[in-house]
Amino acid sequence: MTEMRRVTAIRNGTVIDHIPSGYALQVIKMLRMDVKRSTPVSLVMNVPSDKIGRKDVLKIEDRELNQEELDRLALIAPEASIAIIRNHVVSGKMKVELSGELYNIASCSFSNCITKADREPLPQRMKIVNENPLEIRCYYCGKRQTLEELIENII
Amino acid sequence: MGDLVTMDDLSDDEITQILDEAERLVPVAEGRVSLPLLEGKVLANMFFENSTRTRMSFETAMKRLGGEVLNFSSVGTSVSKGETLYDTMQMIDGYADVAAIRHPKQGAAQYSADSVNIPILNAGDGSGNHPTQTMLDLFTIRQAQDKIENLRVILVGDLRYGRTVHSLSHALTRFGSSLVLVSPPSLRMPSEIVTDLRNSGCEILETENFKEQLVSADVIYMTRIQKERFPDDDEYSKVAGIYKLTSSDLTNVKENLIVMHPLPRVDEIDSSVDKTKHSRYFQQAFNGVPTRMALLCRSLGVSVPKKVK
Repeated sequence: MTEMRRVTAIRNGTVIDHIPSGYALQVIKMLRMDVKRSTPVSLVMNVPSDKIGRKDVLKIEDRELNQEELDRLALIAPEASIAIIRNHVVSGKMKVELSGELYNIASCSFSNCITKADREPLPQRMKIVNENPLEIRCYYCGKRQTLEELIENII
Repeated sequence: MGDLVTMDDLSDDEITQILDEAERLVPVAEGRVSLPLLEGKVLANMFFENSTRTRMSFETAMKRLGGEVLNFSSVGTSVSKGETLYDTMQMIDGYADVAAIRHPKQGAAQYSADSVNIPILNAGDGSGNHPTQTMLDLFTIRQAQDKIENLRVILVGDLRYGRTVHSLSHALTRFGSSLVLVSPPSLRMPSEIVTDLRNSGCEILETENFKEQLVSADVIYMTRIQKERFPDDDEYSKVAGIYKLTSSDLTNVKENLIVMHPLPRVDEIDSSVDKTKHSRYFQQAFNGVPTRMALLCRSLGVSVPKKVK
């Protein structure tokens, strides 16, 4: 690696690499790391990348992402690569994968959707209709959801 | 099993089969033949929003086949006390064998289908879908044109909030029809639906005028601008009365062009059209009965005999 290291290596935790440039903050929001966290998160933005031109990188200390969190990540950063770090060593690599459905990840943005009614107990569900270009619709009402709306409506 | 929430719940073969069954059931729908196929079965008519034709034709369809009907309306029931749709549907799951649901919220039919075990028929969810109307529309089209494939269909009016045209346009493009979508800019077909229609490979034309389109059309489907779906009266008054079909528009059209409307109409079809050979909207309203008979049989797993006498 010829490039100078911009933030220090972490001892334990997760490194999310190849986030599209400018989207690191949304990833933090999507993973709900913007509230109630006491462990450090390092953020690097707009660094050159052979793979995607420019990229953002996140280093999250003392936390290993689970599959459900990876599913959330897939929405914003389908190209991201994830490394789990244990005792300074990469102990596992993971790829994000966009599955056919988002289950209880974001609520529907459409004001007249049945899921907007008070106290209705069924889960929020979104269908991935198309991956490229990304098209997501509410499973119940069928309304298209933009990425911005989904991030805004994270549960 | 047996749910009908959107037209995607039916394969092309199933659509054809249900239309065939509906055709065989016409004498029963007219009350000329007795056929108690659904004796001992109970339909719950769950109408959280007003309805005339849909509710009554479901009721007639069930009764003509020997079944019973529970009529529910949200006024004066536990819904006005704040009961959730989920809880209301749990009750119905225990009372009925099948339910037809109409609800002002979009997605309510899918939500109900996921809440209960009995089959759910979507009788209109907000501005979403109305697949049983689409089946009777297809039945009406086939009656007049002898086919539902490769037609040229003009859909006019409120394409944004109109659930009948949402379901119908999906179905028509599955069978290769080209569509002319006519509406004011504020009432255009929702973009996700236009995406689906274009993906079908059929020709889709969006325009604001229908008159020059009439000459090549097989079907013109008029819809009401629905006052109740507008956020305010000003928006409604800008587009109210914008389209009007009169008998003089029907002078230079195909011999077998048919004029359809899901009804109720306000002023979008002049009464002078009623007596022309092109009008089909009252026939269309009757066709709700045999079509819903066939759909009730499908949902309840009851087969319609090959010969109905």
